[in-house]
Formats: sequence, structure tokens, C-alpha cells
Amino acid sequence: MIRRILTRLGTSVLVLWGAVTVSFTALHLTPGNVVDVLIGSSIVTPEVRAQIIADYGLDEPLFVQYATYLGRVLRGDLGQSYQLHEPVASAIGAQLGPSLQLAGASLLVAVVVSTTLAILTARRRPWIRGLSSNLELIGVSIPTFWTAILLLTIFSFQLGWFPAVGADGLAALVLPVIAVALPITTMLTQMMREGLELTLEQPFVLTARTRGMSDLGVRLRHALRHVLVPTVTLIGWLVGLTVGAMVAVEQIFSRQGIGQLTLTAVGGKDLPVVMGVVLLTAVLYVVVNIVVDVLYLLIDPRLRGAT
Amino acid sequence: MSTPVVEVTDLHVSFPGVHAVRGVSLAVHPGECVAVVGESGSGKSVTARTLLGLTGEEATVTAGRLAIEGVDASGFPERQWRSIRGRKIGYVLQDALVSLDSLRPVGKEIAETLKLHRAAPRHEIPGRVIDLLTEVGVPEPEVRAKQYPHELSGGLRQRALIASAIACGPRLLIADEPTTALDVTVQAQILRLLAERKRAGQALLLISHDLAVVAELADRILVMKDGVVVEDGTAAQVLGAPGHPYTKSLLDAIPGPGSRNTVAGDVVIRAEGLVKTFKGRTAVDGVSFELRAGQTLGVVGESGSGKTTTARLVLGLLQPDRGTVEVDRRQTQVVYQDPLSSFDPRFSVRRILDEALEVGGTPRRERVKRSVELLEQVGLDDSVLDRRPLKLSGGQRQRVAIARALAPRPRVIVCDEPVSALDVSIQAQVLDLLTGLQAELGVAYLFISHHLGVVHHVSDHVLVLKDGRAVESGDAHQIFTAPADPYTQELLAAVPGGHYDQADPSRRALPGREQHHRLVRPQVG
Repeated sequence: MIRRILTRLGTSVLVLWGAVTVSFTALHLTPGNVVDVLIGSSIVTPEVRAQIIADYGLDEPLFVQYATYLGRVLRGDLGQSYQLHEPVASAIGAQLGPSLQLAGASLLVAVVVSTTLAILTARRRPWIRGLSSNLELIGVSIPTFWTAILLLTIFSFQLGWFPAVGADGLAALVLPVIAVALPITTMLTQMMREGLELTLEQPFVLTARTRGMSDLGVRLRHALRHVLVPTVTLIGWLVGLTVGAMVAVEQIFSRQGIGQLTLTAVGGKDLPVVMGVVLLTAVLYVVVNIVVDVLYLLIDPRLRGAT
Repeated sequence: MSTPVVEVTDLHVSFPGVHAVRGVSLAVHPGECVAVVGESGSGKSVTARTLLGLTGEEATVTAGRLAIEGVDASGFPERQWRSIRGRKIGYVLQDALVSLDSLRPVGKEIAETLKLHRAAPRHEIPGRVIDLLTEVGVPEPEVRAKQYPHELSGGLRQRALIASAIACGPRLLIADEPTTALDVTVQAQILRLLAERKRAGQALLLISHDLAVVAELADRILVMKDGVVVEDGTAAQVLGAPGHPYTKSLLDAIPGPGSRNTVAGDVVIRAEGLVKTFKGRTAVDGVSFELRAGQTLGVVGESGSGKTTTARLVLGLLQPDRGTVEVDRRQTQVVYQDPLSSFDPRFSVRRILDEALEVGGTPRRERVKRSVELLEQVGLDDSVLDRRPLKLSGGQRQRVAIARALAPRPRVIVCDEPVSALDVSIQAQVLDLLTGLQAELGVAYLFISHHLGVVHHVSDHVLVLKDGRAVESGDAHQIFTAPADPYTQELLAAVPGGHYDQADPSRRALPGREQHHRLVRPQVG
């Protein structure tokens, strides 16, 4: 088990190194002078230009530039955003909080709601299942930006229940969370219900019932754990999707966050920020996958023995 | 007479479109063992589940009387049924690998019964779990309680499952095919354990497809067919003087020694000193044998004995580490235990046979004619040609598998547990088919099975494997009547029904009552 985790950490380092290398290559493959690319569409003084050349070692051979860049990233220095006039790391840091709030709350809501729905609807009367799976189909099909606009129009502009702008307080979180969580919830519900239905066919479920356990008890204490492995896998994948959905949702609700930051950076060709976000996404991906792997081992004892 | 633990009269259970149980009546008294015997679909398991109120939402249940310990249970709400399950009636399902929750230690499964019925104070539960495991003969109970089902052997799993069923000391223990998935020696151990429970005063309801299994334990036997009890009597009556033709056919279908009268041809397989190791574990260790045309070599052994590895070495699916196999693989075919998983589910029977004929070099225009011929040879007609394997019965599927094996006109067919998944009467038909084809076509069989009766029925020569070694080999009649090796003796003694106890192998009637002395033997392992 220790060996597995070490292997996992080793490959994670490789993934991150790959991400750094890709962003370095992207910087140098972008047409035009590297200094101009880094500056983007802002206007800077000749002193600043000289500073950039010195910082990135742009007058050195390419492999020295690569080593310099790698060393800077290792020290946590992601460069300078010349449009925001601040270091990339602090720009990202300032936006990270609201985004993590939104992502975390959305995943939590999605997991709780879909688990409840799956447990309540698995192997129930046909009309209950039918209703639920039709609603899920609608949920999966609606694009996130449209859900967001719809929610905004109804609950903020017309009913005035929730604020339409900003990221202050719990009330401001409600509508964005619904918009981000909706597709995740519906996908998770569908998969968990299917998994539960397969599990409930298993003889050990009948055995538990013959001991005197209630139907709900069997679902919660036995069957649920059996669908957790595929569920955790899917959640691992959906984290990536969540980041994508957040770009649209943060924009529509005028929330601060990484999504907004990325959008502005892409629009203004602010390459240092874009590269920073790429690295952040890679880190997120790696962390989520390590967590998923450890969860597998906690859920299924049969996986612990295998190396 | 004492109040029966359970009593049901004129029980009817129907599911949408199926009338599964029609007018069954049975009663189990304290200390009594009642067996319900029937093939798949006979309604025996549904009957057993009705006694726990677990027939499912779709089922309609009516009964003249349904009483548990004399109390009318026909109107029990779910809550009251739950207090019956596990506390008054324990239930053991077949195949503990899937009947125990694979993600929980077995100790927790046993504790679950105690917790649900608050049968013991919380702090006493771990101790009770250990006591229960000891009671069902599990060695090192403290270690075992913390292990997961996949870490235990089949026998230990089944014992743990029984422990969870008897945790609250139920008056009745229902065992649904308790030994079906087990090797013959382990099966004997579990039957002994059930016999001990019975001697301790526990009422037993045994559900089985195998008359031989219940013969050792049952006081009363009910034979079910298509939801109806066709025979009901004491074990001695049912086994000794069956009244219904179906019971007779079940008894006749129990495979025993067949009368072999084959002529040996030239050698078609010669294996010498086969050794195969997997990751340091020796699966096959110096096995040699010879198979001649027109004859059958039976390979017997329990799981892990190296039977299947030997077959794969013969088929060339594995390369031996040492030793040699001489066999013409172009003239060798295989029939597996579960034909369904060896057929492409999207292929029709026509396409399955067509493909096999193509491989065998039959010209396209002759293939349809030859397919029909093959189907006739295996006792089917051309009406199955356009059906898919999923739509066929188990017996029909195995016949199609045999037809496919015959398609390229092989000289050798490797049969790997070919009848183990079939009901006993179908099993007998398929075995007869194989013997008939051998007489007709002169094909040789390498016949692999864990079932001694089956092997005895079809084999000229026998090879007994244990832990990868051949412990005994030679003439089938010789080995089954006068086994020389202690392991072979143990295997034969473990066969339920005890029809190898006597030196006279033609004796196929199952002695019911007089076998009980064998059950008090001290437990091994």
C-alpha cells in the first residue's frame, strides 16, 4: 500500500513537470518576440522590458532559460502579470478562495443530493424511476450557462430572493452552486442508481435481509459502499468539468474567481497568468487523483492486497 | 406432537406471468430436518423465502395457513417479519463468496445479526462473534473474524455464513443449497456441521437440487417440480421406494458408475512430466498420462488441484515449464462448464456453428446441411438455428457447445467441467449424449471434473490430482472400487449419499437413515 502511494507521488511529480514543460514550450512557440508575448497587450517602459529579459534569462541559451524557468516555478514564483501589475501567484491566490468555495460547495451538494436520490429511487416502482431518470436527462442536457442565466433571471431579477452580483455571504453562493451542481448531480445520480440496482441483486443483500435488516438499512449499510468505487472515479473526472463550468458561472454571476481571472487573462493575452492557471489545474488534477486512489483502498479491502 | 416451528398449507406464490408455487404444504418440527428437492425453477427457493416474508414486492402470496411457532404469520407487517428473520429463523444461502458482503470483515457480518436484534450488550458482541465462529468449527476465530470473505477458503466462508445465521439462536435454520459451490470434501464437512446443529435440537429446512446431499440429513423429503410437491414422505420412503416417476428419474439421474465398453485406439494425447509454475506456486507438478482414441480419461481433483492448468497445457494455451505434450491440436476441441460465456452473445446458433465449420474447412455450400446434421447428432433440431444462446436452456446451450466442438471432426475433445452447471436430470442427458457420441464417432475425451460420480460414469481411466501432483491413476473401475491412495479414499468417502461406501459399485440406491453413523466422525480441518 505504501509502495502504491509512493509510485503515485512519483508519477504526480512527472505530471507536474510535464505541465511546466508544456507551458514553457507554449511560451516559446507562440509567434513573436517572447518579451512581447509575456507583456501581452499592455504597454511597458524599456526598463521593465530589460527587467523581463533578465528575469527570464532571455539572452541566454534555451536550456538555460528552461532551467531558470523551472527553478522559478519550484520556488513558487509564477512570474509577473504586466496587466494586473502584480505577481501571478498573488493574483491567483486572491481569486482562489471564492472559487474553492463555489467548487467545494457544488461538489458537496451534488454528492449529498445524488446519493439521497439514488438510494430513494433505486429499484422502486417504474414511475418513480422513470420520473427521476427523465429529470436527470434534462439536467444533463441543459448547458450550465443557460441554467445560470435562467436562475439569475427568475430568482434574482424577478423574485429578488438572492443577490445577482458578487461573492459575499452565503446568499450569493446559492444560485451559482445550483448552476454548477446540477449537471454533476444528475450524472452522479444516474450512475449511482444503476450501481445500486446491480448491487441490490447480489445474494449478500438477500442475506442481510434474512438477518432482519430493513430495506433502507441494507441500502445504506451494505449496498452504498459497493457503488462508491465507481462514484469516486466519476467525481474525480467531474472535478475537471467543474472547473470548466465555473468559468461560465463566475462570469454570469459576476463573481470573483479563477474562472473570471482566466477569462480576462485569455482575452488580454496575459500569458503569465494563463500559464499559472495551467499549472494550478495540473496540481488540482494530481491532488484529486491521489485522493481518489487513497479512497479506493479505504473503500475496497480487495484492492489493498494487490500491488 | 409438538408445535411445528413453521407450518404452511396450500401455499401459492405468483409473480407477474408466473405461478411459481402451487399448493405447497410443509411443516418442520423442532429437531427435525425437512428437505425440499427440485431442479431450478421448481419453486423450492421461493417457498423457503415465503417463510421469511421475503418473496418481494411483485409476488402475490396466499396460503391456507402460514404459522411460525403456532402464531399466524399471514398478516404480518414488514416490521414483524424483521423480528422473525435472523431471530426465529436463520437463512443460509449458497456460495458464501457472494452471500457475504465482500467489503466487510466476516466478524462484522456475524455481529450484524446480534446488533439488529439487540441479542447481546454492545461490549459483549465481539466475544459472542468469536464464540459463534468456534461453534461452527472455524480455527483461529480471532484472526478469521477480522478477515474479508476473499481471504477465506470456500469452506470457512460457508461456516462464517452459517455462524451469522445462527447468531441469535433461531429455532429454524433454512439452508438453500448450502454446499453447491463447494468441493466434495468441504461439502462433507459442512453437511457434518449441519448434522451437529440438528443433533443440538435445531430444526433444519434444506433446499437442494441434489437428492444425494439431503439423503444424509433429512428426516422428511419433499420433491418439487414446476411449483408442485410431487412426492412427500420420510427419507427412507422417498429414497427407497419413490412413488412418483419424477423422483425415480431424479434418483436415476444421479451419476454413478456407467458400464464402459470401449475399444482403445492409438494414442491421441501423451503428456510426460508436465510442470507449470505461476509466481512461485507450482500448479502442475510432474503429471504424466496417456489418452487413446475412443476412450475417456477422467481427471479428478478439488479446486486448486491443477485440473484446469493441465487442460490448458494440453490445449497449448499455456507452455509447460518442463515436460512435453504430444497432441494434434488441429484435431482437438474444447467444451467448457459455462457455454454462455464461451459464445459471443450476439451470434445465433447458425453463426456459431458456421464459424466452427469454416475453421474446420467445410466448404460454404455444405455448412447449413452440416449444421443441421450436427444439431441432430446432439439431439436438437434446426428450430434452434436462428436463436441466440441466451434464449436457450442450460442443457440446450451445452448441446450447442458440443455440436460446435464436433464441427471440425476432432479426434479429441477436452471437457472442462462440462455438466457442473446443469441440473441433475439434464446432466444425465448430456453425459449420455457424450458417451453416445463417443461410441458413434470414436472421439476421445479428456474429461475434467470435481464430481466423482460424473467422472466414474464416463471414464475408462482416471487421474486423481492433488496440489498439482497425480496421487493415483489407472483403471476407473479399479480406482473407484479399491482406491489405493489415502486422498482418493477421502474423496470417495466424502461423496454425499455414500454410494461408494460399499464395495459393490452397481449399488445406486441411496441409503437414507443408516448413513448417520458417518456424520459423527470428528471434524478434520
